[in-house]
Amino acid sequence: MTIAAPRRTFRRPSPRALIYILLSLGLVITLAPFAWMLLGSIKPTGEILANPNQWLPENPTLSNFTDLLAKQNFGLYFFNSVLVAVACVIGNLLFCSMAGYALAKIDFAGKKLLFSLVLLMLVVPGIATFVPLFVQVSNLGMANSYIGLILPYVVTPLGVFLMRQFIGEIPDSLLEAARIDGAGEVRIFFRLILPLSGPALATLAILTFLAQWNNFLWPLVIAQTDDMYTLPVALALFAVGANGTNYGLLLAGSVVVVLPMILVFLFLQRYFIQGIASTGIK
Amino acid sequence: MTRSPHRRDRARARRTLIAWLFCSPFLFFFLLFGLWPVLASLLMSFTDITSRDLRTPFNVGFVGLQNYLTLFSDDTFVRSVLNTLYFVVVGIPLTMIVSLAIAVALNSGITRLKAVFRVGYFAPVVTSIIAIAVVWRYMYQDDGLFNAALAVLGIDGPDWLNDPAWAMPALIIMAVWRNFGIPMVIFLAGLQAIPTELHEAASVDGAGKWRSFRSITLPLLRPTTLVVAVLLSIAYLQFFEEPFVMTGGGPLDSTTSIGYYAYDQFGFGLYGIASAASYVLVLVIALLSFLQFRLFRSRS
Repeated sequence: MTIAAPRRTFRRPSPRALIYILLSLGLVITLAPFAWMLLGSIKPTGEILANPNQWLPENPTLSNFTDLLAKQNFGLYFFNSVLVAVACVIGNLLFCSMAGYALAKIDFAGKKLLFSLVLLMLVVPGIATFVPLFVQVSNLGMANSYIGLILPYVVTPLGVFLMRQFIGEIPDSLLEAARIDGAGEVRIFFRLILPLSGPALATLAILTFLAQWNNFLWPLVIAQTDDMYTLPVALALFAVGANGTNYGLLLAGSVVVVLPMILVFLFLQRYFIQGIASTGIK
Repeated sequence: MTRSPHRRDRARARRTLIAWLFCSPFLFFFLLFGLWPVLASLLMSFTDITSRDLRTPFNVGFVGLQNYLTLFSDDTFVRSVLNTLYFVVVGIPLTMIVSLAIAVALNSGITRLKAVFRVGYFAPVVTSIIAIAVVWRYMYQDDGLFNAALAVLGIDGPDWLNDPAWAMPALIIMAVWRNFGIPMVIFLAGLQAIPTELHEAASVDGAGKWRSFRSITLPLLRPTTLVVAVLLSIAYLQFFEEPFVMTGGGPLDSTTSIGYYAYDQFGFGLYGIASAASYVLVLVIALLSFLQFRLFRSRS
């Protein structure tokens, strides 16, 4: 029996190195569309249409972005998107935490029924109800208005669900102590529950802002003139319209929609990942 | 010390009143814009309501199941149902395989750059589908980035979005890219919950990495996998933005989804038909959600 001497010259890469290589490759592929979008948005028209298309722009320009602002009114759409998202965040934070508190900490008649309805509505998507919702909002005279854009999403079952779960974790003994001190429910809610619910409120604010910023179907249906468009609606209608091949403008428009959310995500990624992973998709 | 039943009743009535007051702002909007539309959607699907009936709701006639019969005798709708199933049945396993593979790699004991990978892989999740669809439509052009990359490998890529056979795969690849971050995080949590002693014991018994993955990791991940599958199917069943921006439902109806069909009918002013189409979605999603609740219950 011969024992081979250990060969040091030829070694397979360690499994760990292989994992790093594969993960990095995957990451490059995952991030490539972002890079393509960003680089394309600063290319002049000639370079966008060039074949083969270079990764790096030869003559980078911001003209696509200035055109979006000056000729395509994207400043207004940006404002509309922010307004709708912020209004929905405020509504969800206030109203959903109030309802969440009652559902988590007060024992009352009808509680089970209400919570079952909330759970039931948790999974009903916008595509399932947009027709009657449009009829309803139109009949209330709110079509093509900020109110019409905002009110259907000013509270969400997800918000109540999230706040109820979180507030449920706050020890009852804290509430009992406050009640013995003579605090009423309103005082307990504002002075005790809300200050203790910071992380949940932050998660809810982020999820609501994200959902509204990216929301498409409802603003598409209810905004009838372009002064009411949000960013996704304006971008989508531009993409399927007569100028739908102007990719310089389209990529710049995509950057305007995507980049703010990516930046917020980078700063608050912990809340995003935990929040989305614990509540599902969309 | 015992309270009299009368006082207990009064205290409970007071609590009920306060609780409902706390719930009232939520309830107001929830009833008006949440519950009522779900019910109204069902009711409208049994009527011949059109856009002209908005101001004269009493002209609407009851037509029973006629809208549903019309739907299933419309080739385009049947096609949209099949396309939606295609999207779900192919898209979900692909998304799960990609996300599980990355989760396993991230959980394999690496520490450096782990957070960077997690954030990078998750980034597509927070993007607007509309913007992504615009970018990918550009990449899928016949002379676009995709085919340039394939050409490097010596493959002559198809004209993705204009080819009835390749348009749907193109949309599915994009959906996998945008969505795998969520199941990745869920799988990662599931993997971290598996005690490392199990793998150590298996390796002592002479099991290889792959054997240990198949015999220990996969079975223990089964509840997580089921939850992910249901979550993904609820999301994928609704696909609408992708065909809206990228294909207009074409070519030859090859990417029309149920959601896209419903929106189309709404655009024609046929509210009854549109409601019926979207209620088909509601029923499928309700069924899946019921399944999900059963799963969650059996888990806890």
